[in-house]
Amino acid sequence: MKDKVVYQLRDKAIWVVFVILFIAFTIANSTFITPNNLIMIARQVSMYGIASIGMTFVILLGGIDLATGSIITFINILCAYFMVNSGMNMFVAILLSLVVATLIGTLNGFMVSSIGMPALIATFATQTIFKGFAYILCGGRPVNGFTTAFKVIGQGYVGPIPVPVIIMIVCFALGSFILNKTYFGRYFYAVGGNEEAAKLSGIRVGRVKYLVYSLSGLFAGLAGIVMLSRTNSGQPTAGDGYEFDVITCVVLGGVSVTGGYGKLSNVAAGVLIIGALTNGMVLMNVNSYIQMVVKGLVLAFAVGFDCLQKKRQTT
Amino acid sequence: MSEEYVLQLQHIRKEYPGVVALKDVSLELKKGEILALIGENGAGKSTLIKTCSGAVIPTSGKILVNGKEYSSMSPQLASENGIAIIYQEFNNVAELSAAENLFLGRPIKKGIIVDKAAMEREAVKAFERLHININPKTLMKNLTVGYQQMVEIAKAIQQEAKILIMDEPSAPLTSAEVESMFEVVEHLRKEGISIIYISHRLEEIYRLSDRIVVLRDGEYVKTLITEESHVDELIHLMVGRELTESYPPRKDCVDRNTVVLELQNVTGNGDENMNLRLHKGEILGLGGLVGAGRTELAQLIFGAAKKKSGKMIFNGKEINPKSPREAIDLGIALVPEDRKRHGALLGVSIKNNINMAVYERNSTLSVIDSKKEREVAEKQRVDMAIKTPSLDQLVKNLSGGNQQKVILGRWLAANSELVIFDEPTRGIDVGAKYEIYKLMNDLVEKEGKTILLISSEMEELMGMSDRIIVLSEGHMTGELSKNEFDQDKIMAFASAAVKEG
Repeated sequence: MKDKVVYQLRDKAIWVVFVILFIAFTIANSTFITPNNLIMIARQVSMYGIASIGMTFVILLGGIDLATGSIITFINILCAYFMVNSGMNMFVAILLSLVVATLIGTLNGFMVSSIGMPALIATFATQTIFKGFAYILCGGRPVNGFTTAFKVIGQGYVGPIPVPVIIMIVCFALGSFILNKTYFGRYFYAVGGNEEAAKLSGIRVGRVKYLVYSLSGLFAGLAGIVMLSRTNSGQPTAGDGYEFDVITCVVLGGVSVTGGYGKLSNVAAGVLIIGALTNGMVLMNVNSYIQMVVKGLVLAFAVGFDCLQKKRQTT
Repeated sequence: MSEEYVLQLQHIRKEYPGVVALKDVSLELKKGEILALIGENGAGKSTLIKTCSGAVIPTSGKILVNGKEYSSMSPQLASENGIAIIYQEFNNVAELSAAENLFLGRPIKKGIIVDKAAMEREAVKAFERLHININPKTLMKNLTVGYQQMVEIAKAIQQEAKILIMDEPSAPLTSAEVESMFEVVEHLRKEGISIIYISHRLEEIYRLSDRIVVLRDGEYVKTLITEESHVDELIHLMVGRELTESYPPRKDCVDRNTVVLELQNVTGNGDENMNLRLHKGEILGLGGLVGAGRTELAQLIFGAAKKKSGKMIFNGKEINPKSPREAIDLGIALVPEDRKRHGALLGVSIKNNINMAVYERNSTLSVIDSKKEREVAEKQRVDMAIKTPSLDQLVKNLSGGNQQKVILGRWLAANSELVIFDEPTRGIDVGAKYEIYKLMNDLVEKEGKTILLISSEMEELMGMSDRIIVLSEGHMTGELSKNEFDQDKIMAFASAAVKEG
């Protein structure tokens, strides 16, 4: 019984951190808790949230996807290019962009699974390649001039709730469905926990890896489109450094960096914490260089906490 | 008398939590002799030699080196006393030269600079002492396994080792390399170096050794003078334990007219020309020593390793499973040897572990039928008597026996026709063992399944099998039907030397 309580506490610890952070920022600056600010935070984190779902899958599997940021950038530019330069219908452009995003993920899956490259290096290469392609496509200049209908995705509201937040919630629901209701979810945990045993249980590990990296590409692509609509301008630097924040969200949400353990609901908390932290620091006029230091420390502590727990278990 | 012996181990006892690895073992090594140390897997040979190197600290007992008494060794002390061990896995650096490896960790220096030329000169001298010819400049990775071993021996001798302990030195070598290794060992004996030689190959022991010490189940059995002993006596000493454990009875349910699995000259994964027929309702035992190629054969059948040639026929159809998934879908299951590494998914719940092989079968459009999932797991929990408060319990929190039951449950849930058990009761307590034996009986008797049982425990093998096939070094060396079961015969087949084609 006592074990159960301890387990529950540890399992929900991240939400406790979230609440404490919330109270702290409210005390520091009362505007933090205003509805307008809260909705703004939710809208700001929506892109992290969407991309973090794919990243959660990848990290559960014991991998990493450093290409997320540059997939966001590339899809941002590509979708803009399709609509403005190719005069494509908005829906066709979005669909086509998402297909391309998924294929970039598949390419990562190919390098990691079929070639056997370490995920860190494979996705690092993809990151630079598609950052380059984004610049080539737009010639280094922003792409502007979208229809008003397209703005709805990033700037619209349903009642008081911003559309990107709704998209994020739908994505979390979808991700949690994949993770908990389909056998793929079971496979992610199995492969991340013990690849060899998973293989001997009849899991086609290679296919699972392809799927996971492809999904990561897809979610990153979707984040890229939401961002394009929100900023209303295709920027060749749009997603720079995003993978860092997304990885921090996921690890902060308790997904083990060595794979096999983690919950999507806690990743949602991780996303909200990063959002609140960023917003809170801005409200408190914290210098942006210091913000960088703080974010780096958060990632180091989150990973350190995970590794320390592992170490204690094994010794 | 202590002058006669260079090394004496007296009443060595080693306890691990729950296990006694060595019980009152004594051994004496004379100057310039080759003493063979033999015993089955798990007899305690490795533990015993590790007490000489300092890798294992005995619980009680004395170690005397040249009459000097110690209660335990340390690696430092062992090397000061001239004790060196040649392990099966060499401690070398592939990208360095033979000479650099010879002086690994204690390079000859000129000031702060490593004196390569001097090391190479010394290396040549060391190799000459063994009457071998190795270019000291050759990188380790470009040397054959045989020469790599020579470098290890030369290193020991160069460090003035007087007592050389060799742990299955012939195992990784080709027959030509074994010959040159023998020559080197003979030279060393003439130089007055004492050698403890561990090997499963009885013919080598008869060729090389002066005396033989036999261990069984961590106990000292007997010391024999090689010239005066006979191989049958030796085998009997190794395995001659009383058969005490009981096995649940099973009526003869072998359907000899139905062949479930047939192997025709299957070669690959280290095994050669495997031929066997497995009948419906049969438990076929695969005997042999560790490394005989039994697990490797299981991997071939289960699609976890590729075969090079030969035919596998399963239920009358030729099969070529390229992955465990294909094998599972055909109706073949493997309960692997290393439970923690290959079997249980420790961080995953009991329910998910049991369902892991059947998820794709019990899903519609990849969505799991969660009612069925629970039913499947619940059925196995009841059938196998898995002790757990909840099916959502993580498998890492279960005892070894219960973990094994979860893995068995996975394969029973998959309804596999042929189940390969690789060391199914290793590290499991007696009660759980008996339950697993009963389950195996039920499988063949009540459900008409077929079992291939790999076991290094002689008693288990004889107690559970309808027939036993013995492997040695990747070859089949013998087959015994139930009325021929005999520990001595199995051991003789298992340590049979196989001539290379």
